Amino acid sequence: MSDQPVPAIRFSGVSRHFGEVKAVDDLNLDIYDGEFFTLLGPSGSGKTTSLRMVAGFDQPTSGSIQLFGNEVAGLPPYERDVATVFQDYALFPHMTVGENVGYGLMIRKVSKPERQQQVEAMLNLVRLPDMAGRKPSQLSGGQRQRVALARALITHPRVLLLDEPLGALDLKLRQQMQIELKAIQQQVGITFIYVTHDQEEALTMSDRLAVFNLGRVEQVGTPADIYEHPTTEFVAGFVGTSNLIRGQLAQAIVGSPEPFSVRPEKIHIQQIGDPIDAGHCSATGRIDEVAYLGMLTRYIVALDGGGELTVVEQNLESTSMEVMAARNKPVLLVWSRDHNRVLSEKG
Amino acid sequence: MATTTSHVPAQPPDSFWRRLSTFLYQRPWLILLLLLGPPLLLLGVVYLGSLITLLINSFFYLDGFTGQIVRSFSLRTYAELFTPANLEIIQRTVSMAAAVTIADSLLAFPVAYFMARFASTRAKTGLYLAVLLPLWSSYLVRVYSWKLILAQEGIVSWFFHFFGIQGVLDALLTLPRIGGTSLSVSPLGIFIVFTYTWLPYMILPIAAALERVPQSVIEASGDLGARPGTTFWRITLPLAFPGVVAGSIFSFSLTLGDFIIPGTLGNSSYYLGQAVLAHQGTSGNLPLAAAFTVIPIVVMLLYLSGAKRLGAFDAL
Repeated sequence: MSDQPVPAIRFSGVSRHFGEVKAVDDLNLDIYDGEFFTLLGPSGSGKTTSLRMVAGFDQPTSGSIQLFGNEVAGLPPYERDVATVFQDYALFPHMTVGENVGYGLMIRKVSKPERQQQVEAMLNLVRLPDMAGRKPSQLSGGQRQRVALARALITHPRVLLLDEPLGALDLKLRQQMQIELKAIQQQVGITFIYVTHDQEEALTMSDRLAVFNLGRVEQVGTPADIYEHPTTEFVAGFVGTSNLIRGQLAQAIVGSPEPFSVRPEKIHIQQIGDPIDAGHCSATGRIDEVAYLGMLTRYIVALDGGGELTVVEQNLESTSMEVMAARNKPVLLVWSRDHNRVLSEKG
Repeated sequence: MATTTSHVPAQPPDSFWRRLSTFLYQRPWLILLLLLGPPLLLLGVVYLGSLITLLINSFFYLDGFTGQIVRSFSLRTYAELFTPANLEIIQRTVSMAAAVTIADSLLAFPVAYFMARFASTRAKTGLYLAVLLPLWSSYLVRVYSWKLILAQEGIVSWFFHFFGIQGVLDALLTLPRIGGTSLSVSPLGIFIVFTYTWLPYMILPIAAALERVPQSVIEASGDLGARPGTTFWRITLPLAFPGVVAGSIFSFSLTLGDFIIPGTLGNSSYYLGQAVLAHQGTSGNLPLAAAFTVIPIVVMLLYLSGAKRLGAFDAL
């Protein structure tokens, strides 16, 4: 990554403190031009504050934020070449959809016919043609979302900031918008910075993501990196589900008390006494709970050596009757040593 | 389990109140009738009834010879209403109401803006209290206090003297139509006291309207490149406009009907309220008083339809 050109956004030592609360604490992060970059974390982790500092709605307590090499910390929002899609859409209720989308152009004193033409093109891009005359109150949530996107994109910002834009939509619409957003990003070719607390959304859409916790970045990487190679306990637990193994149990399984994690789908359930291949870890236990999830079945196995492990298996051939009958069965759990991820407290 | 639930009866006893509740629960319209009946009776019959009686009265007339009210339909009273002297009263009152409304909205907006958008929770409580506090004291007390404040020997006069600029005050008072012998006996004084008195009624609805404007909408405007001034004219003001109109309805209609303030601070030129008072009282011309009362009603109806056309009620 060292041969990358000037990053679209560079946070250097950025902190934002509200009194005693360190909303963002010493953030160092490069986001490259054309990336779909996600800030992922639970609420209160500092991801939205970081985004707001890029937009200029909030100013850092200390540190520097560069936009394509130019310092923007301290500049007001209207002096920055970025645009925001708000969580509540923030459409202007007294204007029509067309006036909302054309607002940025009107501010830039683009002539009316030119404006109308661009508004039309932008509404086509977000697949809302013939809606220019409506008021925002006449639109559905998904449509308002698209208007907000069109309004932000029309001024051709160099970076688009999206603050949990799909949070208010239902699951089906959200999944559809995820695909559309990604397609639009590739079409317009600008940097998208996307804030979400939904790890599945983050994995689906991002080129890279940063996992936030308590005002700090725990890990930065591609979705596969983050999922397959979590480096901290928090990341292993927050992105997907993980079995956290530490202390005596870790000692018993791998011969070292260092904590490590292993994903539930990497573990296989076998019969007691089955042979264990070289390079594999194993543990014996009893199936404590079975949850049939349709495509998958989740087992919670109480280990003989104390503690429990979650195991997920695909229901390739088994029926729900069969999997439910597995309760209380003694089992042997086996997984490849390669799937163990040694964790540190801090990334 | 049995021990914890044993002293809870399976069903409460079938009491009168229980049956009444069920009876009403099944007849929601009856509850509505019981709740809305008294206020509707008061507003519909007593208030609207009086208003209609008033309207009917304005079509009677006073026989100038006998001094008796003639109870038959006639437009004679309205002909009397639209004489130049009375038209001047109407024009004077409407101009005063308009001037007071404009002054109040200009004074109220910054205060309301600060209260709604910048003040901390504690400061906001304090400000709301400060705005409402004058309303706790008698309206008459406030008007007479102003009479003293504006009097020739009062503090305003003293202030102008102290800074050696009483020439300014004197020049103001010699202006035709707004001047007078002193601030306490002049249209200018009336204007100042009206503006002060109705100010809370303007601040509160504007502040309420501004509080309803989401912060994100203001941020979105800046984000799209608008400077704070542009954001104010294009976003904040249009969205707060219903509040300004609501406040102006108070300041405008209250000024139209008031007779205490012009009576206390005015000279011999009448305002509408004084005219109504004089005609129904001393001269016993009830029909003309009623006709005068129709004027503010008509003016307010015109005002409201104008406000509606401006889109003031769209965002309600």
